[in-house]
Amino acid sequence: MNIKVLGSGCKKCKQLEANVQEAVKDMGLEATIEKVEDFKDIMSFGVMSTPALVVDGEVKFSGQLVDVKNLKKYLI
Amino acid sequence: MKELLYYIKSLFSFKWLYNLVELFVEKVLRLSMETRLGESIHFFIYDIIKIAILLSIMIFIISYIRSYFSPEKTKSILSKYSKVTGNIMASLLGIVTPFCSCSSVPLFIGFVESGIPLGVTFSFLITSPIVNEAAFSLLIISPAFGMKIALIYVVTGVLIGVLSGIIIDYMHLENEVEEYVYQMQVADVAVQERDSKERFRFAIQNVKDIIHRVWIYLVIGIGIGAIIHGAVPAELLIKYAGPDNPFAVIIGVVLGIPLYSNAMGTIPIAEVLLTKGVGIGTVLSFMMAVTALSLPELILLRKVIKPKLIAVFVVLTGISIIIVGYLFNAISHLLM
Repeated sequence: MNIKVLGSGCKKCKQLEANVQEAVKDMGLEATIEKVEDFKDIMSFGVMSTPALVVDGEVKFSGQLVDVKNLKKYLI
Repeated sequence: MKELLYYIKSLFSFKWLYNLVELFVEKVLRLSMETRLGESIHFFIYDIIKIAILLSIMIFIISYIRSYFSPEKTKSILSKYSKVTGNIMASLLGIVTPFCSCSSVPLFIGFVESGIPLGVTFSFLITSPIVNEAAFSLLIISPAFGMKIALIYVVTGVLIGVLSGIIIDYMHLENEVEEYVYQMQVADVAVQERDSKERFRFAIQNVKDIIHRVWIYLVIGIGIGAIIHGAVPAELLIKYAGPDNPFAVIIGVVLGIPLYSNAMGTIPIAEVLLTKGVGIGTVLSFMMAVTALSLPELILLRKVIKPKLIAVFVVLTGISIIIVGYLFNAISHLLM
């Protein structure tokens, strides 16, 4: 599983990355987690509002912070 | 209808909270409500709890409404409008579209790349931070301001956004945007629809988020407000910043532009200043100046906009706010 957290460094974006790491750990998933900070890369996904989550190339949500518990359903 | 409003008001008048805190202050802290200290502490605790509760409710409601909107949806709506109608739509959408200011850059690029005129994009970017849900909620909650003024605040936020945007379009500053912006290809993502559970979670997350970001400014703001309340004589403020002082508005706006704090911190202060006799226009324009323009956002925008356009943006917004400030001071007797 390839997970990308899109965000340019504001608090919410860092929090999402931390939440993703915890969720992956909890679920025992085999996944690579990348933080995408360059806005050109962010926009290549068609995302305009961060933080956003991309799993295996698909944009799961954008423009909101999701907590660990609710994150898990995006990671199955 | 009137009776219904009355009952709702009584429920929300927080008398129960007032009494609870009074009990706490008198029995637990052993301070008499007659003393300055006792009264101040009571005020401080009571106000903070009341604001926290009301704020949470209001932000929840507004966020729930906002969950129906997204920058991606807004972009596709706006790309259908031209010039002036576009500016108006952009400002209005700026009110309801949730977006974090760290997204200013992607948003700007996304809008411009899809053909939305520069000024229309700016109408969105100007109105959005001014009419933020937290400031709006606090204005409604605050006894010094209320619903009427909150609505006026919103209307002026829109006016300022629309006017500044129209002028920016008129000035044809398209070549003041960094070239690469026009060359970017932005993928078109299918807009995600949310079900009601997701909206609920979005709204709750927003409440947590905002309270978390904002509580310290609120506390400081209430603290400063309390100090001004006690320490600064009303006459002094009226003399220098009352509705009749022609320079009050300009000074307020010039001071407000470089200040970046959350709008929240300014509201308790603004409240106290109002009761001390500072003009309503001065107070509102100070608040807008603080929130509309923030140094972090300008630094971010530098990535996509050349300095000349940034300067135009700041000056135009500043001037519109000043004009609005004077306008409201002039008609303040109609508003209060």
